[in-house]
Amino acid sequence: MPISTLQDLKKLKEQGVSSLEPEKTKVKVGLASCGKAAGGDKVFDALEESLAEDESILVEKTGCLGFCAREPLVEVTYPEGNSLVYQNVTSDEAGTIADHLRNNKLFTDGILGKREGTNGGEEALSEFEALESLDFYQNQQKVVLRNSGIIDPEKLEEYVAREGYYGLWNVLTDFTPTEVIDNIKQSGLRGRGGAGFPTGVKWEFAQKSEGAQKYIICNADEGDPGAYMDRSVLEGDPFSVLEGMTIGAYAIGASKGYIYIRAEYPVAIRRLEKAIEQAEEAGLLGENIMEQDFDFTLEIKKGAGAFVCGEETALIASIESNRGMPKPRPPFPAQSGLWGKPTNINNVETWANVPKIMHYGSDWFSSIGTEKSKGTKVFSLTGDIENTGLVEVPMGTTISEIVYNIGGAEPGSIKAVQTGGPSGGVIPSDKFDIPVDYETLQKAGSIMGSGGMIVIDNNTCLVEVARFFLNFVQDESCGKCTPCRDGTKRMLEILERLTNGEGTSSDIDKLEELCHYIKEASLCGLGQTAPNPVLSTLRYFRDEYEAHLKGECPAGVCFT
Amino acid sequence: MPEINESLRERQNTYQKILEDLPDTRESVIPALQFVQKSRGYIPEDGLEYVSEFSNTSLAKVYGIATFYSQFYLEPQGEHTIKVCQGTACHIKGANEIYDSLLSELQIAPGEVTPDGKFTLTTVRCLGACSLAPVMMIDEDIHGNLTPDKAVDILGEY
Repeated sequence: MPISTLQDLKKLKEQGVSSLEPEKTKVKVGLASCGKAAGGDKVFDALEESLAEDESILVEKTGCLGFCAREPLVEVTYPEGNSLVYQNVTSDEAGTIADHLRNNKLFTDGILGKREGTNGGEEALSEFEALESLDFYQNQQKVVLRNSGIIDPEKLEEYVAREGYYGLWNVLTDFTPTEVIDNIKQSGLRGRGGAGFPTGVKWEFAQKSEGAQKYIICNADEGDPGAYMDRSVLEGDPFSVLEGMTIGAYAIGASKGYIYIRAEYPVAIRRLEKAIEQAEEAGLLGENIMEQDFDFTLEIKKGAGAFVCGEETALIASIESNRGMPKPRPPFPAQSGLWGKPTNINNVETWANVPKIMHYGSDWFSSIGTEKSKGTKVFSLTGDIENTGLVEVPMGTTISEIVYNIGGAEPGSIKAVQTGGPSGGVIPSDKFDIPVDYETLQKAGSIMGSGGMIVIDNNTCLVEVARFFLNFVQDESCGKCTPCRDGTKRMLEILERLTNGEGTSSDIDKLEELCHYIKEASLCGLGQTAPNPVLSTLRYFRDEYEAHLKGECPAGVCFT
Repeated sequence: MPEINESLRERQNTYQKILEDLPDTRESVIPALQFVQKSRGYIPEDGLEYVSEFSNTSLAKVYGIATFYSQFYLEPQGEHTIKVCQGTACHIKGANEIYDSLLSELQIAPGEVTPDGKFTLTTVRCLGACSLAPVMMIDEDIHGNLTPDKAVDILGEY
């Protein structure tokens, strides 16, 4: 049924609440890609099979709970709303959990923690620790990931149950496009794709550009190796991106939008397709959205495998079915973008923040974070660390909090973290007390990037890591401009010499010189930032480079 | 030679069916190549030619696009495609050892098809399952927390 009044939205919300908190026991399995990769599908099948006959127990899917190291995760919610989360569940254990549930018994092995419902606690669960008091979750603040792992991403009503589409309702009934832009500006939201450009200002450029046809695009070409928060948002809460884009379209005056998503994310693509279909049926996409004088349609464009397509002009070229090669800016996409029309591009995480700002207000949003970096940031915490997973913290949280407290790393064993992927750099462990915000990370020689945070221990060679990144960018360089195409190749050759023990005394100086040329002369962000992994490792770990000249690899990785 | 014409017409009909939902415009080149590859497993020469005609785009341009993107294959692929992730987390967690063990188990060079036509082995930049590194994807299934032995064992499921 199409949503045309606030009453309709409230009705859908009620449906969603009873689906989220039914008067039955509900078993949810985290089935984002991480959960699937850890064997979640088999766990789901085992639960479904053994509980098929029992009508008092529901088995459902949800997105990512964030604690990827403990996947597959299964959450059992009892009718009164309290729940228990089981970790590292095997399909055999799933059968045992099902048997216990059928016989009204509590299975107590492998419990990660409990979540308390709204109707008061149950005695039997009091011995278990609450999820929010675990080290991993304690200092997280979920804004972007607030629905992931809670709702069924394939049910619009469950998204609405968590106040979804209330932001869009506010916008369409109460705000002019300019007022929306002012709100986004006041919130302080900055682009989560890496560069941190103020989102409201970007929207204003597109709004003020002349043209009857304008476009908006969601950049879901999450190419940075080591970053997967966008995949998780799309798999766990796809409607938040749809709602954000619809608000953005209204603000800048676009009637058509595209989600450009990499083909390596089949689960996310399927969930987006389903979400778009449901939003269309509910009158939340299409003509006269919410019975207002506003039309907006959305289409998915699948990428074909090219890292450079994360750069916005290359992404536009790819949607136009060209080779994904960047163009010089200006003109910026806001003036001349897709098919020469004004176009606004934001990434998944940026779009997912928008509905919350328009529902809870810009003041609420700007109360989180630091003076210049507002809101939260999701990091994918991986590498040499116990608690790998998706971590959402307020901007300004220190790296040490993320790595040691949330991640559970052993102090002393960690050499550095790498942020920002091939465009970023390393931050050594003696600088872990710096807060994560756009400016501080840049000053420290890295960048925020899209949010990859790879923890590197003492057994990893940073010269070899630099070689890895240069191999990456050299391979992914589109070849259009010489500094990037040839320069990164020369850098890679030097790094290969160093890691093979064939380096010469002038190599480090040559490497540094090349870094500066490439940074200054490249056409797009890929080339301009390609030297960062080398510059930052040279800045903090020059001794490792020098050791390689003497035929020594301090980490014991090279020359073996 | 009427037989060849017949089979050419048949193939044309096949391509026509594969692309029936797409508008026959310049913007359809990438989706058309994706459809052809999905249906044929790779993009044969006549597929490139058909897409060129269909989208009214020169064959040189279509070829240029097909070779720019890493996910288009111009050679036949195995029944199952194994992609070993080469992302940063996988790299530092030993992705190369996984790759080497699969190469030696399957006795093929990177990108080649096994003699029985069952597997193609290749690499991918990042699958976004970094927390379970090292990982690989076989068709659309991601397998995580791999060891060289475990990776080889998983092949038996296919």
